[in-house]
Amino acid sequence: MDLNLTPQEQQFRDHLRAWLKENLPADWERRAALESREHGFGFLRAWQRKLCEAGWVGVAWPREYGGRGATLLEQVIFVQEMARARAPQLANVLGVSLIGPTIIQFGADAQKRRYLPKILSAEEIWCQGFSEPNAGSDLAALRTEGRLEDGHFLVNGQKIWTSLANHADWCAMLIRTDPSSAKHQGLTYLLVDMHSPGVEVRPLRQMTGESEFNEVFFHDVRVPAENALGKVGEGWKVAIGTLMHERATLGAGMQIAYTRQFDRLVEIARKLDRNGRPASQDPVIRQKLAQCYAEIQILGLNQMRTISRVSSSGAPGPEGSFQKIFWTEFNQRFQQVAQELLGPYGQLEAGSDLAVDDGGWAYGFLRARGNTIEAGTSEIQRNIVGHFVLGLPKSY
Amino acid sequence: MQFELTETQQLLKNSAREFFAAECPMAEVRRLMDTESGFDPALWSKIAAQGWPGLLFAEQYGGAELGLVEAAVTMEEMGRALAPTPFLSTVLLAGTLIDAAGSEQQKKTWLAPICRGEARSTLALLEAGVRWEADAVALPATRSNGGMQLNGRKLFVTDAGAADFLVVAARGDGALALAVVEAGARGVEIQPMPAMDRTRRYYQVVFDQALVPEGNVLARGEAACSALEHALDVATVGLCAEMVGGMQKELETAVQYAQTRKQFGKPIGQFQAVQHQCADMLLLAESSRSAAYYAAWAMSQQIPERRLAVSVAKSYSSDAAREAGNRAIQVHGGMGFTWENDLHLYYRRAKSSETLFGDAIFHRERIARLLMD
Repeated sequence: MDLNLTPQEQQFRDHLRAWLKENLPADWERRAALESREHGFGFLRAWQRKLCEAGWVGVAWPREYGGRGATLLEQVIFVQEMARARAPQLANVLGVSLIGPTIIQFGADAQKRRYLPKILSAEEIWCQGFSEPNAGSDLAALRTEGRLEDGHFLVNGQKIWTSLANHADWCAMLIRTDPSSAKHQGLTYLLVDMHSPGVEVRPLRQMTGESEFNEVFFHDVRVPAENALGKVGEGWKVAIGTLMHERATLGAGMQIAYTRQFDRLVEIARKLDRNGRPASQDPVIRQKLAQCYAEIQILGLNQMRTISRVSSSGAPGPEGSFQKIFWTEFNQRFQQVAQELLGPYGQLEAGSDLAVDDGGWAYGFLRARGNTIEAGTSEIQRNIVGHFVLGLPKSY
Repeated sequence: MQFELTETQQLLKNSAREFFAAECPMAEVRRLMDTESGFDPALWSKIAAQGWPGLLFAEQYGGAELGLVEAAVTMEEMGRALAPTPFLSTVLLAGTLIDAAGSEQQKKTWLAPICRGEARSTLALLEAGVRWEADAVALPATRSNGGMQLNGRKLFVTDAGAADFLVVAARGDGALALAVVEAGARGVEIQPMPAMDRTRRYYQVVFDQALVPEGNVLARGEAACSALEHALDVATVGLCAEMVGGMQKELETAVQYAQTRKQFGKPIGQFQAVQHQCADMLLLAESSRSAAYYAAWAMSQQIPERRLAVSVAKSYSSDAAREAGNRAIQVHGGMGFTWENDLHLYYRRAKSSETLFGDAIFHRERIARLLMD
């Protein structure tokens, strides 16, 4: 057991840290906010292009596909350093972390050559079309169909909760190509051009007021048969590969982000009056903040232990579910502690001159509700832990 | 970065597991539970033959010079077996204190026999205020005949009934003093404090004009304070690892029961209400394990954040051990509430461990102090 970074890992970190210091515009948040939403995204695309030119996009990808072939721990260091520097998210985050790796794993050579370089450069933005109105946790119940006609799939149906669909050039989707076969069979993983006739994107407004997700409608969309990834009818196998990637990388930067929020809360607590003394001297507040600190530390430690185990055992497994339950449920408690510390001020939004941190805490509180739902609800994650980790019988 | 046990550490852990499975099965735990002292000299001799009492200490005293991670994984297996041994008290508490505060001569006199497995000891610290800190120590040590005279009462002294000598924290001329007191010395009375956990006994120790020769004083003032703080941190890490072992056992027991017990024609583990309880137990046990291993590593490397690491581990696992026990009993239904089922023995231990060396509230306040003051 040695929790220090090896010289090689340290070098990787220092190299990235130095690059970020040199290249990350200090005022990027203000610039991104000042620009229109569309331009804001243009800024993110430009940022990813810049990272890409320096070789910092797709660090996990094998070198032959333009990646860095980084170890799992280096991938975590990458996510952590980006979080530490408060660097903006990659414009093509889903393409780089989920869809690209899936294409590398299941794609034909021609598909790899066609799609991978433009994922890295953010020239083509990707979204993922899995969930449907009647297929959420029960993903395999999906009904969007693709009928094969003269070398094309004719796609009809609806996807929902599709992040980035409003910016996306491509959608990696799971469709039913054989309606007669059993639930998990007859599915195909298909790469669909979002600019095709018959594709319609409608943003969903969420409880925070913003729109991170969309509904996507497909009316007789013609997709060349060669756009299937993996074999027709074996889409479930391909999709499961993607979900493992999603859960292995998600959450790696959370400890850094929460630590920053925690430090800020301590700073606020020192100044805020509570019963005639600083809130940081209030015994109840001290207990609650200390509990948050402990859980943030443990979140990071669990992550490190998982990384060590997966590094020596191979592929990511169901460990990601455990992590996701921990950080999402923690964040809900954490945001509540922030609200208790701030009192009535916690509710104030950006328009109020008394809002704390531009209303960031009000936003954070509301946004946290989504954490235990998106990317697999806590209930589904506990099913996965119960069945795949503990070996209990499948409950559904 | 490598946050897994090394091969040697894993081997040590495996051999400890095998040892306790063979030498201290539950039937033996239950037998000892009903004896007057709860202590078995034969079991202790076998533990000594493994070399574990000397695990943390220098070769010159007969130790193996291994680190706290090795001690922690050994304690994890003791926790899993619910082994009634004075290991925590003798080695991690008293041994560490003598090692940190004692002179060369004192270490030869008291640490070497501990390493050899010939002597057992413990720390007498808590008083009526039950606070695990040096400045809470008030028991008066007055000067007498070139030594000290102790008067007063120490509470919640673990394993004192099995101890040959005690390390006593007292206050003389305003300063903390740590001294070795023979258990059979005149003016020292050791009385049981019957409590929930029958597998690790608490005692009160009453001092009535007990005389301590000057040569038995390990340290005074600052040196005594820092030795005490260090030993409490070391012992807390060991206790956290022990709690992890208990949680792991409860989890495995609950999962096994959920796989075999049938209702409505199905194993109850197929119902999500039961399955999710088990998933939560895994979360509690693994999170406690991450925190305990990290604290062990942080202490063994003496990194600056080690005290925070210790308090993170103890505050979290104090709550987690109780919660895991709650869930394990619930999963077992009526069977979990019976005397014959072993779960209540683990539950009792968890409750005792929860407050030993400071409960979650104490350690969260320590985190707040280290971070915010």
